Amino acid sequence: MSETTTRHIPDRLRSPLEARLKSWESLLLLVAVAIFIANSFASPYFLNAWNLSDATFNFTEKAMIAFAMALLIISGEIDLSVAAIIALASTAMGAAVQFGVGTPGLVLIGLTTGLACGAFNAVLVTRLGLPSIVVTIGTMSLFRGISYIVLGDQVYKGYPADFAFFGQGYVFWVISFELVLFALLAVIYGVVLHKTNFGRAVYAIGNNPTGALFSGIRVARVKFILFLLTGLMAGVAAVCLTSRLGSTRPSIAFGWELEVVTMVVLGGVNILGGSGSIPGVVIAAFVMGLVTFGLGLLNVPGIVMSIMIGLLLIGVIALPRLWEKWRRRVARA
Amino acid sequence: MIRRNFTKLLAGASLAVSLMGTSAMAQDNMRIALVVKALGIGFFEAAAKGAEEAAGELGNVEIIYTGPTDTTAEGQIEVINALIAQGVDAIAISANDPDALVPALKKAQQRGITVISWDSGVAEEGRSMHLNPSSNPLIGNMIIKLAADHLPDGGQVAVLSASATATNQNIWIEEMNKVLPDYPGIEVVGTVYGDDLADKSYREAQGLMQSYPDLDAIIAPTSVGIVAAAQAVQDAGKAGEINVTGLGLPSEMAGAIESGASKSFAIWNPIDLGYSATMIAHALASGAATAEPGASIPMGRMGEVTLDETTSGAMADPFVYDSSNIDEFKSIF
Repeated sequence: MSETTTRHIPDRLRSPLEARLKSWESLLLLVAVAIFIANSFASPYFLNAWNLSDATFNFTEKAMIAFAMALLIISGEIDLSVAAIIALASTAMGAAVQFGVGTPGLVLIGLTTGLACGAFNAVLVTRLGLPSIVVTIGTMSLFRGISYIVLGDQVYKGYPADFAFFGQGYVFWVISFELVLFALLAVIYGVVLHKTNFGRAVYAIGNNPTGALFSGIRVARVKFILFLLTGLMAGVAAVCLTSRLGSTRPSIAFGWELEVVTMVVLGGVNILGGSGSIPGVVIAAFVMGLVTFGLGLLNVPGIVMSIMIGLLLIGVIALPRLWEKWRRRVARA
Repeated sequence: MIRRNFTKLLAGASLAVSLMGTSAMAQDNMRIALVVKALGIGFFEAAAKGAEEAAGELGNVEIIYTGPTDTTAEGQIEVINALIAQGVDAIAISANDPDALVPALKKAQQRGITVISWDSGVAEEGRSMHLNPSSNPLIGNMIIKLAADHLPDGGQVAVLSASATATNQNIWIEEMNKVLPDYPGIEVVGTVYGDDLADKSYREAQGLMQSYPDLDAIIAPTSVGIVAAAQAVQDAGKAGEINVTGLGLPSEMAGAIESGASKSFAIWNPIDLGYSATMIAHALASGAATAEPGASIPMGRMGEVTLDETTSGAMADPFVYDSSNIDEFKSIF
């Protein structure tokens, strides 16, 4: 996907936004390539088609949510309830299995639950004007709480055999269904954000909601749609993850909301809103997947992986800042 | 720059391929992965110590001690995928979820990896055998034996359990009553329920002391109850008179052993557990034993385990902790 030049927002004409984004993505890509090379030197098992294919499962589901989350964060909002939505959607599907619902019905239930949760967040944020971070911290407990009430320490299993395709199936050779879906969604979200009026509205709202409103953008409606999309993507991820695990417990996808946000921020999306790109998020997904899988091959303890991801995040964010400072100092001298 | 990266990549690829060749040829070391619920838990660190001990005895065995950062099934699946990629010979896992790990562990088995579970089991289709630390009859016998050992002339004992509906405790008490005739002179005067709450257990223990002035021992087959009962006995100034025993954790019971409120108590020994799991994994992976109902599998110094119809087996009697070994174990778990 190439860079677009239509991303300038009128009130930020002189902003170095595009230049910074460009350097961000190339920087990330460099990091990804470096990690790939380091991994292939560090472990003899890394360069193997099946192993790399297995590795993609580490990030595909999270990345699906990250695409919608990127748009939401660019618009200046956030949804921390996504992991809880997965739990609730998975619980709904598991309950449906007990009534003998087939695979198409299960997928429909999973997606609908996601949409409904997204709509609930959307109403609270856009209609009541509540801050999204507070609302979704609340719904995070609410959605997962419902799962815990329904399931307790029990488990739903017995998913139909063909339901396993979404999380365990392969479309072609080592290319899994999840990977194909990930790529497809990346293209769709890339086009929506970078090539449509809707996408430009998202940037405009993130940069200056009042200005966007007075420019005739229906701010509340755009945000409503973004929350719906995020809920829907959590529903999609719930279908994939439930299919991959073949069972549902209320603790499913615990803590994923922070990993999704990390992926988005690592991808160069400004956490305060207004800038970011889908290609960045795609590369960030690969970076996170490669780091965790590569370190996993070396049997590095998980806590060290978390530290590495944290350092990576700080490093990638701090580097451009430092670079700018250094350049300014050189220019002054 | 690009060309340099490309050649680097090629070099990496060729190196990796050559490494893959050699490692496949010269693979005399058997690699056994000990996968735990989460790293940084004393119980599992102790199990890893046991696994290393077994590896030392067996020779030519490399232990990969690994696990996720927090106790999630998703985290363990990432670990399992990394282990599959490395082509380890065996995985011995203490599972965070008996069902969600099944697809990943099935995949491991399909790629020729021996999978066993220990401590916390996996559903039958995901593993070839499961090692329980102990069994209900062994625990039921142990808790009454602990009390009887210090009452050579017989005496009155009472039971402080968790809740009246706690499955585990009820089974153990039932098993205890079955073997009661083996301990002549021991009279079980009553059973009370502390609901696994510290304050309620404390009050129930006080109640026991008032109701039965000649009480000689309190058996608490719950780690919450045993600590509360020991405290109640100590506070009543009856340490040394009334012996509190049952199932407890060394770290929590060290004080009670010191004060004499408890002469001894029992719980599984994590070192033995890691040792036995490793021995079993080695026996199965090397083909020296097969996991089928009724089979006996050797576990080195721990004797052998006999598998029931669900191919699970019990390692041993719960391990007894008293003043002679409490200092060694209180820092472990």
